[in-house]
Amino acid sequence: MKKYLVAFVIALFPLSVLAAGGAGPKLDHMEVDLHNKASLQRGMQIFVNNCLGCHSAQYQRYERAAVDLGIPLELAEQNLLLGDQKIGEQMTIAMGKEDSGKWFGNPPPDLTLEARLRGTDWLYTYLRSFYKDPARPWGVNNVVFPDVGMPNVLEYLQGEQINTCTKDELLHAEKRIDPLTGKAMGGCLTVSTQGQQSPEEFDKTIYDLVNFMAYIGEPSKLDSHRIGTYVLIFLFFFFFLAYALKKEFWKDVH
Amino acid sequence: MAGYRNKGKGGFMGWIDDRFPATAMWEDHLSKYYAPKNFNFWYFFGSLALLVLVNQIVTGIWLTMSYNPSAEGAFASVEYIMRDVDYGWLLRYLHSTGASAFFAVVYLHMFRGMLYGSYRKPRELVWIFGMTIYLALMAEAFMGYLLPWGQMSYWGAAVIVSLFQAVPFVGPELAEWIRGDYLISGVTLNRFFSLHVIALPIVLLALVVLHIIALHEVGSNNPDGIEIKEKKDENGVPLDGIPFHPYYTVKDIVGVVVFLFVFCAVVFFFPEGGGYFIEAPNFEPANPLKTPPHIAPVWYFTPFYAMLRAIPPIAGSQFPGVVVMGGAIAILFVLPWLDRSPVKSMRYKGMLSKIWLVIFAISFVILGYLGVVSSTPGRTLVAQICTALYFAFFFLMPFYTRMEKTKPVPERVTG
Repeated sequence: MKKYLVAFVIALFPLSVLAAGGAGPKLDHMEVDLHNKASLQRGMQIFVNNCLGCHSAQYQRYERAAVDLGIPLELAEQNLLLGDQKIGEQMTIAMGKEDSGKWFGNPPPDLTLEARLRGTDWLYTYLRSFYKDPARPWGVNNVVFPDVGMPNVLEYLQGEQINTCTKDELLHAEKRIDPLTGKAMGGCLTVSTQGQQSPEEFDKTIYDLVNFMAYIGEPSKLDSHRIGTYVLIFLFFFFFLAYALKKEFWKDVH
Repeated sequence: MAGYRNKGKGGFMGWIDDRFPATAMWEDHLSKYYAPKNFNFWYFFGSLALLVLVNQIVTGIWLTMSYNPSAEGAFASVEYIMRDVDYGWLLRYLHSTGASAFFAVVYLHMFRGMLYGSYRKPRELVWIFGMTIYLALMAEAFMGYLLPWGQMSYWGAAVIVSLFQAVPFVGPELAEWIRGDYLISGVTLNRFFSLHVIALPIVLLALVVLHIIALHEVGSNNPDGIEIKEKKDENGVPLDGIPFHPYYTVKDIVGVVVFLFVFCAVVFFFPEGGGYFIEAPNFEPANPLKTPPHIAPVWYFTPFYAMLRAIPPIAGSQFPGVVVMGGAIAILFVLPWLDRSPVKSMRYKGMLSKIWLVIFAISFVILGYLGVVSSTPGRTLVAQICTALYFAFFFLMPFYTRMEKTKPVPERVTG
């Protein structure tokens, strides 16, 4: 039987030749760290202060986030709640979808599951890839989401970014990148007037924000990993017991 | 079959047995059901399929308690389960991972049957009941996939239901009848929910009972493909048979533990299965006005989806592709009558059978891959070749199984 299995595996190799050659600009990688409470707390603060005006996170409750992230409830109630919301409520917004649809072209999407939908790398790159484009209604465009309807909300932190390439080069960024020179996707963008944060600080801000968005995408993840570890350890030891039982019973089968 | 054993013996079981053949059933199906002693690795997957079925039913019952089958509320109720229901995330991931696990073990279980000729006389009905289970399982999985009401749920269902539109003459009416609307809508969601949680589970359970009754009537095949009932001792017990319980129950527990280890690793650490078990576009609520850039069915349907795409439309109709796809499943039903080999097991079949089985399996895996990725002319050609090979395996079977030289079959099982 082994030969068949080997044949399967060998047969699978040429398939990589057929694999898709990834479209779209190259994304910067970020490693989500759900254990980093300080990062997540800061991410929540950034999220509530900057995103929650237009975007909801309608499946995520403030209280759950505060408890999971180790934020004292009184502190959360004083600083993170919008309007007359209660701590047990979900992170909804007052902006109507019809109005915001008119203002932005499309209503801003709910962000609860955005990290699972787009991936954290995408968000991390997207939020750092706005650049000045007077042709757009909000004066900015985006490399990973061309002609996006969203303004660069965090411009006050990042400053103004300009694009040094032609628009066409940007849109076809993956063809333009030369692996020998190592010129990265972001190579086209430079900060012309710095905001409140240095580029490194701003990267950290976005990291914390996306880290938090990864958390609200799946708040049960750490629980899952914790319980899963116990389950796997139990099964590992149970295997030996089960195997010994089988061996004992099968002693008389020849 | 169930007689009236242990009648009038007194005690609790005697009382029961006077009224219900409990002891007889226990003996016929477990403690005195003699299974060949030479089952190997491939024989774990039948009991594992039963385990996954139980998992699906139990987790499904609890998910149904909090799920809201309406276009307005379905997506939010899944997130409610994921966040606000205690251990709801675990129930959901057990269920979603269970769906993939079900197909994984069923595919391996079917491959075992093909490997050792478990579909051959007298087990044709075991095979046909099994194939019907597979068919019902596909319907069950397809309808279940609509329920989270995400983008991929919606558009996947839209694509599959539109296949019925390709049926000549009645196509559009048929598709409309299935959907209950001109497009996939809340009406479709409600009827799929009803079929997913009531109708199809009943059918599945009934078929599983039939599958097992038919199996226990004729007895299990084994890797040597010989009938153990032909060599019995003075008590009528097959010489190469051992009681299913306790021998195979304790052996299957080992298989269950290994399976659960892999299964739980996925459930707790990789529930999205790299985007193959839960597809990323499904984290966005269904939107009839926005088609996702790339619609791919879940991995277990992709071999057939690749066949569908491989067949070019004739006179603007996709119907030929639909026929080929349906035929790929239908032909499995007649497998018992295509195999004309004097032996059952691949161990004693000739080189041609072995080569064809490998070609079949590889084609199936390649088609599965091609169904996941977007199509290009090169990939379509590969899919066409693999589709042709898939069917050739079946169509040529009556010839190569008779032509080839087989090895002599042993008198007794060989371990």
